[in-house]
Amino acid sequence: MSAAATMAKPGLAPVTRADVEDFLYAEAALLDEWRLSEWFALFAPGSVYEVPTAGAPDDADSAKALFYIADDYVRLRERVARLGKREAHAEFPRSRLRRMVSNVRILSASAGQLRAACNLVCYRAKNGKVDTYFGHALYELDVSGSPWRITTKRVMLDMDLLYPGKVSILL
Amino acid sequence: MTLLERTARDAAAPKTGMVAEDPDRFVFRVARKAFTDEAILEEERRRIFDRCWLYLGHGSEIAQDCDFLTRSVGGRELVFNRDRGGAVHAFLNTCPHRGAQLVREPRGNAMSFQCFYHGWAFNVNGRFASRYAEGNYGEGHYSGGCADLVGVPRLEHYRDFYFVNFDRNAVNLSDYLAGAKEIIDLVADQGEAGMEIVGGGQNYFIDANWKLLAENSVDGFHGLPTHQTYFDYLTNVGGLRPDKFPYPFRQVTDLGNGHAVIEYPSPWGRPVARWTPAWGDEKREMIEAGRARLVQQFGEKRGLRMAELSRNMIIFPNLVINDIMAITVRTFQPLAPDRMAVSAWALGVKDEDERLRALRLFNFLEFLGPGGLATPDDVEALESCQRGYRNQREAQWNDISKGMPRGADANTDDEEQMRCYWREWDRRLAASAGA
Repeated sequence: MSAAATMAKPGLAPVTRADVEDFLYAEAALLDEWRLSEWFALFAPGSVYEVPTAGAPDDADSAKALFYIADDYVRLRERVARLGKREAHAEFPRSRLRRMVSNVRILSASAGQLRAACNLVCYRAKNGKVDTYFGHALYELDVSGSPWRITTKRVMLDMDLLYPGKVSILL
Repeated sequence: MTLLERTARDAAAPKTGMVAEDPDRFVFRVARKAFTDEAILEEERRRIFDRCWLYLGHGSEIAQDCDFLTRSVGGRELVFNRDRGGAVHAFLNTCPHRGAQLVREPRGNAMSFQCFYHGWAFNVNGRFASRYAEGNYGEGHYSGGCADLVGVPRLEHYRDFYFVNFDRNAVNLSDYLAGAKEIIDLVADQGEAGMEIVGGGQNYFIDANWKLLAENSVDGFHGLPTHQTYFDYLTNVGGLRPDKFPYPFRQVTDLGNGHAVIEYPSPWGRPVARWTPAWGDEKREMIEAGRARLVQQFGEKRGLRMAELSRNMIIFPNLVINDIMAITVRTFQPLAPDRMAVSAWALGVKDEDERLRALRLFNFLEFLGPGGLATPDDVEALESCQRGYRNQREAQWNDISKGMPRGADANTDDEEQMRCYWREWDRRLAASAGA
């Protein structure tokens, strides 16, 4: 596939890697700034958000393997609502976050649907401790309309074990 | 045992001074230095982890002949494997030659093990299998056992839950488990074809003393305050059902030897046999059929107990089997006074319908594990306690007294189950070495 551009949908302007980068960087900012309702609005009804266990293969199936997170749209909505409460104790007071998104690639594109991947490092600071999550993320995006919508986000942690002990934030 | 008898026994038993029980004033306290002191952890390693039965793994994790996995248990590095004839072994993961770690993969299937350092090889039953030209080694290396893998002193199982003991003279596993066997049966009997660990496991760390997770795993008192947002979730998705049970049942049971269980009617759905509206009508029929089978096979009273009641069990010192909105098997190893490694697995019915299997895993994650809607708040609570113990020179005691006026008829949100655990901890730590 051309690295420069790919046709997302006949008749539409080609989607470039820069377009995908803009989208992923904006998404990252929403998470780092705890603008979680706006982040959830990026997801299409019926979408899924998954974090398999550290070191799992890219094609791990949440119906057969134990994940850390395997949310359907409803549970993701509830997860986001929960993180808005002071009773979400692991994130109250909220941790401080900053993530780096890089190595963005368009994996495939057809009929308004686009698969993309990126590398990800996320730092979380709380209680005098810094947690580091590193891995890569796999996206399926609906780019047929505006704004784009996430239909699948899967964060693959590339550590061998979950050193931070929890995934209490959204990755 | 009556309170008077127990008081008399306890008065005669040696004490660490770190567990203070006053039955007359209904006060039970644990010294916070038990969570912070390196010397106490060393005593625990010698008097608890070197002497108690420690959970190693489930037989289903090495289901096929020649399957193996590696695991840290009680400060040792072990290989848990099945040989060519199907016999189960647990070896210390160190080459008898010079000590290198023999198996360096987390799991796999192999006809033999070979050390990468000098190439010594072993059959999967532990026998030295290398053959060198005459003059290199005497006969003892080939038949005398001096070059064989070193097995754990004791390896026994109950209902496919395998345990090791580093004390050759320990009581057998069955006697050690005591009343816990009956609770394991309530879990192990849920599958007609048996039970299995499903879909791998979760391995994570908590910056807190290991005993805090033992307490937390059977703590009914923290449920509502710590997990309010989980119950909000259940309410919002239609996952709650009235938690009533038609038979009298015991809420807290001292299972002996420091083991204890709480049982309670479930407010949540249980994939084994308790449907909840959040799952939709499609799955209702399958789950109701499973429920009917339990009642038919085990009778109304025991069948409904298996279907309806949730149970949280601690098996002293570091195994938890919680049969709640899913079944989790969880063990944890101290790394330092303020850090532990946790391994947790989902246990499911062998050969279950793939839709029920998917539901079981989905339901597990609504509460349990590092990304669940509840466990991260438990981790936060444990780490918060550990930070609080920095004040232990002045604020010296934890209070574990709730429900003492109710005696043995405690409620699930009392703390009697933790008192059972701490009495055993005190007894074992105070016992003289060699006793």
